[in-house]
Amino acid sequence: MEKLVVATASLAGCFGCHMSLLDIDERILDLVEIVDFHKSPINDIKEFTRDCDIGLIEGGCCLDENVHVLKEFRKHCRILVSLGECAIMGGLPAMRNGISVRECLEEAYLNGPSVRNANQAKILPNDEELPVLLNRVYPCHEVVKMDYFLPGCPPDADLIWNALTAILENREMHLPYELFKFD
Amino acid sequence: MEESISSILEGHHHDPTRLMDILIDVQDETGFIGDQAVAQIADGVGLSVADVEQTRSFYHFFSKKPTGKYAIYLNTSVNACMMGHDAVARTFEVEAGIPCNSVTRDGLIGLFDTSCIGMSDQEPAAIINGKIFPNLTPFRVKELIRDIREGKSVDELVVEGYGDGQNSNSDIRAVVNNNIRKIGPVLNPNYKPGEVIRKKLPEMTPQQVIDEMKRSNIRGRGGAGFPTGMKWEICRQAESDEKYIICNADEGEPGTFKDRVILTERPKLLLEGMVVAAYATGAQKGILYIRHEYKYLKTYLEKLIEGAHKRNLMGRDIAGIKGFDFDVRIQFGAGSYVCGEESALIESAEGKRGEPRDKPPFPVEKGYLDKPTVVNNVETFCSAVKVLLYGAEWYRSFGTTDSTGTKVLSISGDCRYPGIYEVEWGFSVNDICGMAGAEDVMAVQVGGPSGSLVSPSDFDRVLCYADLSTGGSLIIFNHSRDLLQDVVLNFTSFFIEESCGSCSTCRIMPVILRDKLIKILNARGVKQDITDMLSWAEVLKASRCGLGQTAANPIITSIHNFRHLYDQKTRGEARYDTGFDLNKATQEAMMATGKFVMSE
Repeated sequence: MEKLVVATASLAGCFGCHMSLLDIDERILDLVEIVDFHKSPINDIKEFTRDCDIGLIEGGCCLDENVHVLKEFRKHCRILVSLGECAIMGGLPAMRNGISVRECLEEAYLNGPSVRNANQAKILPNDEELPVLLNRVYPCHEVVKMDYFLPGCPPDADLIWNALTAILENREMHLPYELFKFD
Repeated sequence: MEESISSILEGHHHDPTRLMDILIDVQDETGFIGDQAVAQIADGVGLSVADVEQTRSFYHFFSKKPTGKYAIYLNTSVNACMMGHDAVARTFEVEAGIPCNSVTRDGLIGLFDTSCIGMSDQEPAAIINGKIFPNLTPFRVKELIRDIREGKSVDELVVEGYGDGQNSNSDIRAVVNNNIRKIGPVLNPNYKPGEVIRKKLPEMTPQQVIDEMKRSNIRGRGGAGFPTGMKWEICRQAESDEKYIICNADEGEPGTFKDRVILTERPKLLLEGMVVAAYATGAQKGILYIRHEYKYLKTYLEKLIEGAHKRNLMGRDIAGIKGFDFDVRIQFGAGSYVCGEESALIESAEGKRGEPRDKPPFPVEKGYLDKPTVVNNVETFCSAVKVLLYGAEWYRSFGTTDSTGTKVLSISGDCRYPGIYEVEWGFSVNDICGMAGAEDVMAVQVGGPSGSLVSPSDFDRVLCYADLSTGGSLIIFNHSRDLLQDVVLNFTSFFIEESCGSCSTCRIMPVILRDKLIKILNARGVKQDITDMLSWAEVLKASRCGLGQTAANPIITSIHNFRHLYDQKTRGEARYDTGFDLNKATQEAMMATGKFVMSE
């Protein structure tokens, strides 16, 4: 059987979901028997050089760069999975959604207690190299089509393991209630 | 201001259950209800500031900030928009020099949007300081603003003749027209007020009255169609020291205005019906709950109630029947569609936010002030009087087997003769279009936004409880209308505006559905969006009241009956489009950081 190819990305997330992916522990050895990892922060492959079967996306989109990365993933991955609360709902970063971008920037660079006197020139960073904030944090499915959603903050390692093996074996996923109840 | 609020509180005996009246009076007298007023009222009636604040903030016609010496509320309903609302609204804005929902700097003119005000047959219409100004045109708006600036009083602003019938009564003096086009047995003017109370009631026991109601098979006219006799009987059997009769005259369903006409032309019939219900159930107190938009009828109706007392048709030992006491008070709403739901109406009459209650218990067991309460529609009470007057057999000779009697319809939209029609149940949509002089009809909205948008292929369907049930609102659209943009979007926005916010389903899902609809209207939609709307709308059925449960009806019924309109606007192949626009999403940050300057 040909190995399936998996790519992962962390957009506006905290890498907690990637940590959870690593929490499948020694089963990662079983995993690499059946999948190859392509573009991913885990192996530091930065560009797509081939099409992949599965893309795991952690985090929503808060910057234009996130949107570009997500669209790249959509282009190169047959199946795209929202991994965790931030990818599905925007999560913690989306707490800024009720506040205007200007207010956020001013708080961060002009008025916040830690910067109040440090930024005398009152500059809001605007170098061309810097990615641009979106007007709000978007969950992934509001930007591109997502095929599956794995809830959790982070999703349990077993949940990720179950999902990956289900896709690999082309069967329905086993989703016991305990895996996605959060309190 | 403090003094006038004190005297208002005094006038209502510092009664917390009369908070609505207190707030209405304060709003009328001072033009707004600020935090200071809220604190004073809370202190005066012995409620917490939060309790007063939540009632104040719930209703559209209560304002935290001054609404201007002349507060203009312009209707935004479908009918208004069809008859030229946009041009009128723009003229108001230009002439007053302010955008809608704001007040001029000198505090003279306030301009506000409002949901349907019950003038669908004479739109566009506005309410200025409680007075109705129908049939507005841009020219008329210029006159109005000019006259306001010249310092004329609201009464002096009226230059048109008064409307037909009682609208010219010295206690009403409204420019409003009744437009009664077809009279049936209930609206029939050959009726002597008080006859049933004086001649029929003394000969009948309350149970006999109920039995007659049951034999007539009369059902509630508000739309839900609960058997009236059964409702009265349950209330009669409920044990309690106090019972209430409430008349629901809070018709807020866009396109409905029949209650306004009945309140103007047949109020004595209505009041007599309430007395009959009181006799049957053993209630001693009644409340006539009228929507705020009809406040111009206040003096007129109060005098009629006074007159009924004088003639012993209300008060003590009515019509000489020992121990039969009954009195009615008028309760005005303050601008809220959901208060048309009976339990929300009761909450509102108790001075609280108009949020529907959990059921059971139903109002007949635990209603106003937790006492057994009958809530009936205006038309139901009127019909009940005729049932007693001419008998159940007579009444059953009208209509169909499951829907006996007649229905008063409010017909508006694209037709030659908009107005009030009393017809027997069993009329088809086609009949109605013919009657109203409607041509080139593309669709008819039966039962208002919460009803269904019916296409010509279904025009042979009939009005009755088993097929097309309706509270009486029919809006006709001809082929010049863009149904999705002009009708469905307007209705969906109406539900969003009027949701009480209690159930998350009704608070959130209509917004999601509207966004999907806008996406389709902006040509970004795909087939998936249509199927999403249909399946997601199911969620709304979990809402507590009819408003939430039917909030998706404009979208669902238009998808079912006018699918081609959606298909035209969505792209052929089933591709996915989230509607995300990166340029728009980054614009704000680009401007904030100076990377991008908006060109003029």
